[in-house]
Amino acid sequence: MELGKNLTARIIVYAMLGAAAFSVAAPLALMVLNALRSNFDILVTPLGWPSDPDWGVFLRVWKEAGLGRAMLNSLLIAGATVIVVCTISSMAAWAIARKDVPGWMVISLYFLTTTTIPIQMFMFPLYFLMAQLSLINSPIAVIIIYSAIFTPFSLFLLRTYVLDVPMELEEAARIDGASDWRVFRSVILPLISPGLLTVALIVCLNVWNEFLISITFLQNADSATATVRFYQLTGRYGNNLADLMAVATLIALPTVVFFVLVQRRFIEGVSAGAVKG
Amino acid sequence: MTDTSTALALPDNRPRRRKPASRKWLFVMPALLVSLCVVLVPVIATTVLAFTNWNGFSLPKFVGLANFVSILQEPRFWAAFRNNCIYTFLFATLPMVSSLFMAVLLMTVRRGRTFFQVMYFLPVTIATVILAQIWRSMIFSPTSGVVGWLQSVGIAIDNPLVNPDTSLLGVLFVDMWSWWGYLTVIYFAALRQVDRSLIEAALVDGASRWQTFRHILLPTVLPTVMFMLLMSIIWSFKVFDWIYVLTEGGPGFSSEVLATLAYKTAFQSFEVGRASAFSLSMSLLGMVAIVIYLRIQARREKA
Repeated sequence: MELGKNLTARIIVYAMLGAAAFSVAAPLALMVLNALRSNFDILVTPLGWPSDPDWGVFLRVWKEAGLGRAMLNSLLIAGATVIVVCTISSMAAWAIARKDVPGWMVISLYFLTTTTIPIQMFMFPLYFLMAQLSLINSPIAVIIIYSAIFTPFSLFLLRTYVLDVPMELEEAARIDGASDWRVFRSVILPLISPGLLTVALIVCLNVWNEFLISITFLQNADSATATVRFYQLTGRYGNNLADLMAVATLIALPTVVFFVLVQRRFIEGVSAGAVKG
Repeated sequence: MTDTSTALALPDNRPRRRKPASRKWLFVMPALLVSLCVVLVPVIATTVLAFTNWNGFSLPKFVGLANFVSILQEPRFWAAFRNNCIYTFLFATLPMVSSLFMAVLLMTVRRGRTFFQVMYFLPVTIATVILAQIWRSMIFSPTSGVVGWLQSVGIAIDNPLVNPDTSLLGVLFVDMWSWWGYLTVIYFAALRQVDRSLIEAALVDGASRWQTFRHILLPTVLPTVMFMLLMSIIWSFKVFDWIYVLTEGGPGFSSEVLATLAYKTAFQSFEVGRASAFSLSMSLLGMVAIVIYLRIQARREKA
C-alpha cells in the first residue's frame, strides 16, 4: 500500500499522521508546561510558554503530597496482583487449553461472562463485607479484587500460548514419570513465559491507573494509591493548578517511560488478543 | 472415566501407558475460587439486595419490587439510560471509522510507523483521572485552559462541561480522544496480517486504492473490527471514570450514566438496595445491547 514516489500524496499523509500525533501530544505537553509555570501565570495567560520554568516544583509536591508513599502503595499492589494473576491464570490456562477438566467449556464461558459484568454489579456487597472485616484501606482487599478482575483476560491470552506448546513435550515428561505439577512447572511455565511477561506488563499498567476500585476501597492518605492520591489532591490543589499538574506529571511519568521502553512487546500483546480473536 | 475407556479401547498386545489419575481440575480451582468469591457470589448478593431496602448497616428488609417501581418512575434513571445509549452508540461508531482510516494511512507509509503507533497509544498508558483533570483544567476551563485563551482572542467558545446540552458530548470527546489511538494500533496490527503480495498484485492490475481497501484489506480486518466493536459496546456501557472526574454526572443530571448513578446511590446516600436495583438494570440493559449486537452479526454472517 505504500505510496511510492508521489511526493504530494506523501506530504499530505504525513501531515495527517502528524496532526493526529499532535492532537494526542498537545494535552500531555500542556500538563508538563503548566507544571513549570506559576499558578498566577496560568490564570493571567491560560496558554503560554513557561518563561521562568520552576523545576523545583516536582521535588516540592513530591514531599508535600506524600507521593512517595502513594507510589509505593501502587507498586506493591501492582506487584502482588501480577504475582497472583500470573500464578492462578497460567495454571487455569493450561488445564483449560488442554480441555482436561470436566466442564472446561462452562468454565471458559463463565470467565468470559465475568468480563462483561459492570463492577457496580459486585462491588457493593464486597464493600460492606470488607468494612465488616476492617479491610477498607487495606491493600489485601484491593489485591484480591484486582486478581479476580484481571484473571479472565490473562487466562485467555495465556491459553493461546499454551496451545503453541507441543503435546509431545508434555507426554515425554509424563513418560519420564513427571507429575501434573512437575509438567506444569518444568515444561509449560518456561515455554509460556513470553506470555506471562506480556500479562505482567498489561496488568501492572492497568492496576497503576485503576480508579473505581481503588477510590472506593482505599480512602485514607496512608493507603491511597497514586491515582487516589491525585484525586484527593484535586480538591486541595483546586486553586493551585501548577502544583496539580506537577503531581500529574510525576504520576504519569513512570507508566509513560515504562511503556516507551517495552512498547513493542506491549503493543504486540494488546493487539494479539484482538487480532487472533 | 474417559481415561479408563480409552485405555480399554487399546489393543491388548500394546503396552498400556500408565497414566496417573488426572487432577487437572486442581489447576483451575484457585482462579475459579477467587472469581467466585469476588464476582459470582457478590453478583448474586447484589441481585438479592435489589429487592431489599438495605442501607449497608442495619438488617435488610425485603421490599419486593418497590426499588424497581421507584427507579422506573425516576427521571434521573431515564436520563442516565438515554445518556448511556447515546454515549455507547457514538463511542462504538465514530472511533471505529476514524481509527480504521488512520490505520490505513499508517499502512501507506514506511518510515515512522513505530513512532506514530507509540504516540497514538500514549494516552492509554496514563491514568484516566489524570487525563480527565488535564482536559478539565488545562483545556476546557475558561479561566486556566485553552478555552479561556480562545475566548481572550475573541473566539466564542465555552466550557462544554458546564452546559447541560453539551456536557455528555464533552466527556465523550475526551474519552474518544484517549481511545482512538489504541484502536488504530489494533487495526494496524490486523491490516499488517494482509499478504503484501496480494495488495501489490491488485495495484498492478489497476485496482484503485479504494478498491484495494474495499475488497482486500477490509474483508481481512472485518473480524477484528467486529470484535473491537463488541468490546467498545461492552466497555463504553460501563463508563464511569471519565464522567465521575469530569462532571460527576452534572450539571443537573445531564451527563449522568447508570454506573455513576448506582455508585452515588450506594456511597453518597447509602441506599444500597436501590443502588443494587440500578446495577441490576444496568447489567440487564448491557446484556440486551450485547444480544442485539450478536443477533445482527449472526444475520450478517448468514447473508
